[in-house]
Amino acid sequence: MTPGIYAYIFTMAAVTYAIRVIPLTLFSKQVNSRFIKSFLYYVPYATLAAMTFPTIIHATQSPVSGLAALVVGVITAWLGWDIFRVAFSCCGVVLLLELFIK
Amino acid sequence: MSQTYSIKNQDNRAAFAQGMKDGVPIALAYFAVSFSLGIAAKNAGLNPAQGFIVSALCTASAGEYVGFTMIAASATLIETALATLVTNARYFLMSCALSQKMDSKMPFFHRFIVAHFVTDELFGIAINRKGYFNPFYSYGAILASVPWWSVGTALGVIAGNIMPLRLVSAFSVALYGMFLAIVIPPARKEKAVMLVVIASFVLSSIGYYLPLFATVAEGTKTIIITIVVSAAAAVLFPHKDEEEAQ
Repeated sequence: MTPGIYAYIFTMAAVTYAIRVIPLTLFSKQVNSRFIKSFLYYVPYATLAAMTFPTIIHATQSPVSGLAALVVGVITAWLGWDIFRVAFSCCGVVLLLELFIK
Repeated sequence: MSQTYSIKNQDNRAAFAQGMKDGVPIALAYFAVSFSLGIAAKNAGLNPAQGFIVSALCTASAGEYVGFTMIAASATLIETALATLVTNARYFLMSCALSQKMDSKMPFFHRFIVAHFVTDELFGIAINRKGYFNPFYSYGAILASVPWWSVGTALGVIAGNIMPLRLVSAFSVALYGMFLAIVIPPARKEKAVMLVVIASFVLSSIGYYLPLFATVAEGTKTIIITIVVSAAAAVLFPHKDEEEAQ
């Protein structure tokens, strides 16, 4: 017998929340280990970088516009533009390029 | 410097407003991504209300997607739980990192609320801020963005194929643009972060293009790369303590 749809939903929700809430509540003390502190400092950069590349190139309809979004994103972020403007520049270049590609 | 945790405080109000502003591109990206997620939900046999509920209760992209495929395959609940665990395990690392930015004076209940919203994007912008974690900044960003995640999922179930592909295509890079805006400026300032970013790009490309790793789930690859690169960087470039100096 297959479980009902709400049994699935509850299972997904409970597991997802547990993963997030356990480190925030049980590990609430400040860590003193230099290694762990450094490790956690680098975690966001490694995660976000790994999720961005090369996925961004294949997220659009054409790899050309994906690559253009990457280049525009890196340049505008390098220049210190805020998150909002960087994200919209990436969208804009894809929209523009795909007018010509497709 | 002491921080108060009352919403009446000027700084907290300013943080809330800033959070709402930073939440706008996230909202757009969420809307586009959850729309396609809604199509997967529909294929798994969910109705729009159920799609809305899943997104409201999980706030996880790949994690929900995996869940939908498990439902579609009539998997057992144990299998569903395991798949969810593996796909979402990176949130564990993010929550660990976030907990280190939290002031011990912050009322504890904030942790239970914030925990539900540790997503790639909301974590990214929260960790990017200087000093202690400010829950009001996150509440602003959550309020501006998360409702669109659920709305987008429900609409995706209803009308998955109506939105022009070109718009979906353009929206879908908003997410990555946001990640770049978080990662690149510190990489410019700090050589160690630059190397972390480059190493992650390289390893992630290997994981993406080598047929050897084709069967490894996206989320699993991200976890492995994160652990390997962060551990190596922690050994090679121990990070100086900024919090203590403040």
